[in-house]
Amino acid sequence: MKLVLEKRSEHSELMTLMSPVLAIILTVITGAIIFAVQGLNPFSALFVYFIEPITSLWSFEEVLVKAAPLILIGAGLSVCYMANVWNIGAEGQLTMGALAGSFVPIIFSSWQSPLTLVAMLVMGALGGAAFAAIPAFLKNRFNANEILTSLMLVYIAQLILDWVVRGPWRDPQGYNFPQSIAFEGWQLLPILGSGRVHIGIILAIITVIILTVLMNRTLKGFEILVIGNAPRAGRFAGFSRKKIVWFTLLLSGGLAGLAGIGEVAGPSGQLQTAISPGYGFTAIIVAFLGRLNPIGVFFAGIMLAITYIGGEAAQITLGVSDKTAQVFQGVLLFFILACDTLILYRIKMLGSTKQQPVAAE
Amino acid sequence: MGKNISIRGGTAASTEYLLEARGITKMYGDLAANNDVALKIAPGEIHALLGENGAGKSTLVKIIYGSIQPTEGELYWLGEKVHIANPAAARNLGVGMVFQHFSLFEALNVAENIALALPKDIDIKDLSEKISEVSKEYGLPLEPTALVADLSVGERQRIEIVRCLLQEPRLLIMDEPTAVLTPQEADQLFLTLERLASEGCAVLYISHRLDEVKRLCHDATILRMGKVVGHVNPQQETAASLARLMVGADVHAINANREYNPGDTLLKLNNLCQNADGPFGVSLLDINLDVKAGEVVAIAGVAGNGQSELFDAISGERTSSSAATIRIDGRDSGLDNITLRRKNGAGFVPEERLGHGAVPGLSLSENIVLTRHSDDDGLSKSGFLDRESAVAINERITRDYDVRKGKPDPEARSLSGGNLQKFVVGRELDRKPKVLVINQPTWGVDAGAAALIRQAMIDLALSGSAVLVISQDLDEIFEVADRIAVISRGQLSDAYASSELSLEKIGLLMAGEHEKKTTIQDEKVSA
Amino acid sequence: MDATQAIILTIITASTPLLLAAIGELVTERSGVLNLGVEGMMVMGAVCGFAVAYETGSPLLGIIAGVSGGMVMAFFFAFMTQTLATNQVATGLALTLLGLGLSGLIGESYVGLPGVKLGQIDIPLLTSIPFIGAIIFGQDILVYASFALIFGTTYVLFKTRTGLIIRSVGDNHNSAHALGYNVIAVRYACILFGGACSGLAGAYLSLAYTPQWIENMTAGRGWIALALVVFSTWLPKRLAIGAYLFGAVWIMGLYVQALGFGIPSQFLSSLPYLVTIIALVIISGNKTLTRVNTPACIGQSFVPDR
Repeated sequence: MKLVLEKRSEHSELMTLMSPVLAIILTVITGAIIFAVQGLNPFSALFVYFIEPITSLWSFEEVLVKAAPLILIGAGLSVCYMANVWNIGAEGQLTMGALAGSFVPIIFSSWQSPLTLVAMLVMGALGGAAFAAIPAFLKNRFNANEILTSLMLVYIAQLILDWVVRGPWRDPQGYNFPQSIAFEGWQLLPILGSGRVHIGIILAIITVIILTVLMNRTLKGFEILVIGNAPRAGRFAGFSRKKIVWFTLLLSGGLAGLAGIGEVAGPSGQLQTAISPGYGFTAIIVAFLGRLNPIGVFFAGIMLAITYIGGEAAQITLGVSDKTAQVFQGVLLFFILACDTLILYRIKMLGSTKQQPVAAE
Repeated sequence: MGKNISIRGGTAASTEYLLEARGITKMYGDLAANNDVALKIAPGEIHALLGENGAGKSTLVKIIYGSIQPTEGELYWLGEKVHIANPAAARNLGVGMVFQHFSLFEALNVAENIALALPKDIDIKDLSEKISEVSKEYGLPLEPTALVADLSVGERQRIEIVRCLLQEPRLLIMDEPTAVLTPQEADQLFLTLERLASEGCAVLYISHRLDEVKRLCHDATILRMGKVVGHVNPQQETAASLARLMVGADVHAINANREYNPGDTLLKLNNLCQNADGPFGVSLLDINLDVKAGEVVAIAGVAGNGQSELFDAISGERTSSSAATIRIDGRDSGLDNITLRRKNGAGFVPEERLGHGAVPGLSLSENIVLTRHSDDDGLSKSGFLDRESAVAINERITRDYDVRKGKPDPEARSLSGGNLQKFVVGRELDRKPKVLVINQPTWGVDAGAAALIRQAMIDLALSGSAVLVISQDLDEIFEVADRIAVISRGQLSDAYASSELSLEKIGLLMAGEHEKKTTIQDEKVSA
Repeated sequence: MDATQAIILTIITASTPLLLAAIGELVTERSGVLNLGVEGMMVMGAVCGFAVAYETGSPLLGIIAGVSGGMVMAFFFAFMTQTLATNQVATGLALTLLGLGLSGLIGESYVGLPGVKLGQIDIPLLTSIPFIGAIIFGQDILVYASFALIFGTTYVLFKTRTGLIIRSVGDNHNSAHALGYNVIAVRYACILFGGACSGLAGAYLSLAYTPQWIENMTAGRGWIALALVVFSTWLPKRLAIGAYLFGAVWIMGLYVQALGFGIPSQFLSSLPYLVTIIALVIISGNKTLTRVNTPACIGQSFVPDR
């Protein structure tokens, strides 16, 4: 038995829609097997993981809190990956956004006005974009691989944050804990309703709408598509690859920075050494699960946020390691990529007996 | 399975066929690339395999060489049924193949390239000696330690041939070997092939150059749409009768009769120089050319002599260092990017259809936007796209240029080569460009599409535009061009009226007769 | 043993995991495949190596387990990118994310446990050579293995037919296929070799470098190894030089940190990452140096016509 691929003449519309669904089903089945191996009832464990988080208002609010940064970053990354620009340093851009945005409340700690928040968000986005400008510059000027440079910068950003929080910006009244002063009033994101949901999710939705228009309706979006698909054709069309590298990295970096300041001015309320449970990396999965399409990213962000909350719940109620969620995320990305093959190819099984190939879609 | 048959020489005058293919069928989905094909090749004969692009020639030879497996049918080698599982098995039988798109490795040297096609136990040192020996014997000079990336196309073909000769083949398959050679190099190749045939080696010769086939081949099998439609002795046929068999109808003659009445210069290249882009590129040296309204000027030359670099320089994909080097319709355009040059009335068609002229995964209407986003027909208004207009333009172009497609707006990659080329050419012609620059306009397209494209270029010139055609196909050049210049190693010869230029002269120019010397002579003349 | 010797010894130990992982990736890339999952394969090698050595008490079994862990991960990658023709960049990222998660899960119960340290093998007589004796001939088996791998891969890649085939597949997979080579099989083999080397590098970390299991203990070394391959312009000997230079920077950072000087420790800790970026910039800016040896097909999927 041997698997072989046969090219389709065009991409399959059906598979474009079905691939993420198929991937999620396969991930759930894999999850059930993992739980069964650990001696748990797979059905109740899966329920805790994937269903329970959306059954109570409280936990659904938590899902939205976690989804906001994932959607913000994932939407930016999807535009980036569409252009074949591989920014995998969103976690670092998030960190630098958080730092830059926190500059406002920490340095001007008594400034309280709606403008304070605006200034924080703008600084956050600028900080993330500026940090993403480094790999963009190095790629355009020196042809240095952006995958490696952006990733190295993640480590550097985290060390800078660590230094700042333990050093210059440590709260003098904080009993030596590595954290900044607590933000208050207009230094925090306004809360929607009475729970924990803050306006981050609104920002995420606005971002999704803007990027959808960008990618589908504008010449810029078309440029990104062409440069990502066929760079030579892009040059023939008169589009500049370097400009697209700048644009996509600054955009995705800015959105990651916005997510970063959103975390600090939202759930966290102050600068700490660890401000993100790896949102910048999980957002890579979000981008792919969302088919590199901003609207898809919205649903994918919710989906991945559910696994975060489900993972926490499972840890408490079932005693399952919180690492399981991370494994799920990795497995999910694997399955999405595998299922995406079906968009461009048919998979055929060749029997060892050189019989007629049997088609299996 | 193919056993290692190492008998060689002593070509017993047997009436037995060396290779016989019976009932070969190869299906790709519902499409029969080969349909019940039969082929017989005797030892020592040069057998032509004729057919249009897409007729199934490549499929058939790939089956014989073991690269792909037939859906049905059998192969017989010296009367014995064989299963050729892979190219190594074919080589063991004594089948060698020279590919049209060479199967060479640019980063490896000549000896390594040859070693990869030989049995495992070859020592590289012995091999270098053998290479020198064989290449001397057949007049195919090669340097074993040279890096392939640094070699010309002609030299690369020599590697392929020597690689086959070292295997002491009994059947040599040559896929369009002269497409990349100068006429003189082609003559040299024919001598080599005739000598091989006289030694008993059979040659399966694939070409669409009919005069060549008439001159060289003893026997011809003609394929059309996957089927054998004729088996003839080419020496008793005319080029026209062979063409009719290939195409299945009288070949549409191009109406090229016109008065040569050129107007103003619309495209002027003025001492255009450009450094190579990277270690494997070609530098352009002091290129001068005028193309006037109402004329078609062609640039001939062997592939890889700077054609694509020249195209990039004229189109503005690489901008020049000074504005005056390129003048389009009275405007110094050397510093303009491709979009500005288009706005100034120029249109461009590159050599590669997929990935350069069109984005494979995007629909045709989206591919319209590719070159026309900055035109005045409103495809993009203040940064927003108007997809409806793109669809409308696409409908017009596909209708006017007879682009056949399965659905209204398919992805570019789903079109056949000929149809996509008609689309890519039509997209530019539809803009009525004052200057059209087109690189390899009919490369790999069927005769019908080629005729349509050539006619369209001539009609455009007749309507008062300047047309510059870069092509390797001399037949095409003589069919469409009013004047011809030749490029070799980044240097362009003077342009001669096509009626004044003999095939011999063009061959000498392709081999570089005009390089540098010409410029010195020019100086003398002007002095 | 004097201080210089001690420093050189620590440099070698710090460089060895980078070298092991990078040499495997170099071979993978020479065959035209970009596997960005080095970090994931390495961390799996580390956890598998540690767990098995801890359970059995045998570092040798630990090494075997580390290699196997890396190869299993590599097999996933090979199946995805070669059989299913998935995007290599994305699949490599997925492999890293999966490896980090899975290793965390497997290693959870081993956190804080004392490890089994891989012993040093002193080569008799040679160790007594003054100064260099102790440095070169008093190492553990994996350091010797790394020496052997450098010379071995150089020999195989450039002096044997196997190496010629690997390079040909990386240079032009269509030509290699036309000549009858099984591109996908060659690539499978090279990916698995890369996985084995990464697994070995991980096992080195958890058995020799710091004999314990810490989550994410690879700390970006897999990514640095990837950068080293670019830095080496795909030549094993240059790779060795790069790895040792890199190890030297790493160790110097630690020494400076120990000595104080009032430089915040975070800045010194970020030195290796900064140096990686600088090295990438220097080498990538040089077109002639990179282009000649860069495998032309790197990162491209190959799907043969049938």
